Amino acid sequence: MPASSNAAVVEVKHLTKHFPIKKGLFIRKQTGAVRAVDDVEFEIRDGETLGLVGESGCGKTTVGRVILGLESPTSGSIMFRGDDLTKQSPAKLRALRRDMQIVFQDPYGSLNPRMTVESIVMEPMEIHGVGSASERKARVAELLEKVGLDPDYRKRYPNEFSGGQRQRIGIARALALNPKLIICDEPVSALDVSVQSQVVNLLQDLQHELGLTYLFISHDLSVVKHISDRVAVMYLGKIVEIAPKSELYANPLHCYTQALLSAIPLASTGPRRKRIILQGDVPSPLNPPSGCRFHTRCPNAQSRCRSEEPAPTEVSPGHIVACHRYC
Amino acid sequence: MSKRKETVRSEAVHLARVFFRHRLGVVGLVMLVVFIASAVFAPVVAPYDPLEMDLMNSFAPPGSPGHILGTDNFGRDILSRLIFGSRISLLIGIVAVTIASIIGTILGLLAGYYGGRVDAIVMRLVEVFYAFPFLILVIGVMAVLGPSIYNVMLVLGGVSWPLYARLVRAQVMALKSEDFVKAASAMGCSDARIMFRHILPNVLTPVIVSATLGIPGAILSSASLGFLGFGVQPPNPEWGAMVSEAKDFMLINSNMIIWPGMCVFLVVLSFNFVGDAVRDALDPRLARQLN
Repeated sequence: MPASSNAAVVEVKHLTKHFPIKKGLFIRKQTGAVRAVDDVEFEIRDGETLGLVGESGCGKTTVGRVILGLESPTSGSIMFRGDDLTKQSPAKLRALRRDMQIVFQDPYGSLNPRMTVESIVMEPMEIHGVGSASERKARVAELLEKVGLDPDYRKRYPNEFSGGQRQRIGIARALALNPKLIICDEPVSALDVSVQSQVVNLLQDLQHELGLTYLFISHDLSVVKHISDRVAVMYLGKIVEIAPKSELYANPLHCYTQALLSAIPLASTGPRRKRIILQGDVPSPLNPPSGCRFHTRCPNAQSRCRSEEPAPTEVSPGHIVACHRYC
Repeated sequence: MSKRKETVRSEAVHLARVFFRHRLGVVGLVMLVVFIASAVFAPVVAPYDPLEMDLMNSFAPPGSPGHILGTDNFGRDILSRLIFGSRISLLIGIVAVTIASIIGTILGLLAGYYGGRVDAIVMRLVEVFYAFPFLILVIGVMAVLGPSIYNVMLVLGGVSWPLYARLVRAQVMALKSEDFVKAASAMGCSDARIMFRHILPNVLTPVIVSATLGIPGAILSSASLGFLGFGVQPPNPEWGAMVSEAKDFMLINSNMIIWPGMCVFLVVLSFNFVGDAVRDALDPRLARQLN
């Protein structure tokens, strides 16, 4: 496992992404914004896996897409190995993209049904002009082998493969350019449990072998616990807590994290853990609650939580939490 | 390396295999090949000059000596006219639809992919074209350009593209949100590469199918133009024009109208069969099931 003193590969500062909502037939006025990601800060260190958890709609996928440049941020900065991605020219950005790739959630939608496995995996190399035609072919075979697929399958189409195999093809494509950072956007959520563990283990093996850095986005706390070095918890566009994995799972501080962790099913006969059941639904990101965004559902909310937004505070080394009880 | 020969088999061979598994497609292809061959080799195949009149021998019934399909009101050999007519009819149908589907596909791709202002402009243009009655629009443009076979092709192509533009645009809008398109842009694909390499192959199937359905439509439209005096000019043989000429004698001599009508019908049918088979061959999901 990598030491925590490693340099940061990605450093995200004050990252905000608002999706404007426009109304009007001819003159379109902005009437509001979905605050998908609001003032988020974190870093991913070289060779580590940062797990990003949260429930549906909390903005975790948007964070990944903004880092990749699939969405442009409303404000904030993303430092990728010393370069601010929000301030690069398109040409420079294209070159930087070689070093970061994405693995998608849906293995059925993420592969072009009309391209053979070979052309799918080869495409990143073609775009960035890597190698000659024969070198690319050899590299495809090598990559397929690396992700555990028979290179003889390279002339087949994605629909001839199972979900797990397709996800391996997606991983091979992501590896084609030898990236530093791979953003895994719920890479196993669409797979069967038995296949999930295979893909997670494959990702871990590849990380050790190739020195990859992962941003692992998921809503599955057990998978995140298995693969991550550090874990960030998101709620309604904010990161509420970041800590090393063991620290977070042993000593969750934010009430939301506690509630989330108490929801993991336990397979033991020991004394039952107290289950924290949250009341109500996630508020709309169109009009998030004032103060601490979690106060509407927090069992420990005080009057201060309603008016004042808690600042992220480092309570112990590497353990950052945004909650008034610890400021 | 070649444990499985199948997997390394070239794409074209595979497409052909799937195509030939489709029985009706093969029937359609054979009929089309016959029509196209007779069009290409018309001077060799046709027993008479299509323009040669023999007024003493008009309205000869099918099976008359020397005239297998009989003769028309001027005593011209119907078979020869059909064979020479297939040249014009097939050419107009194929060229007009090719022009229309290329224009429509490109505009539809741009509109669907870029959305916003580009989409608004293209779609308003489509609506302008739809707002005019088809035949009136065609006649108007033909009146300006003057009657000729080439103008018929250009005008029919230039007027029927909105169908393809709409079709492609709708498909592109659906595909744009697919993850494989996002993956392509995450890799650093240019817009043109995403449009033509990732999206276009996925929208081509409905375009090919409606193009094969559009060819008979174009043949019929050129016939209407010929009838109205803006298309192929008599005495040149063209199937549509032959039908409209023959309609005056329908009750006296139905023979004259049946043959060109039958030709249009058979060509329409075979294009549809071929279109179906091509669609199946191009769809990897369907194609593999047939294996």
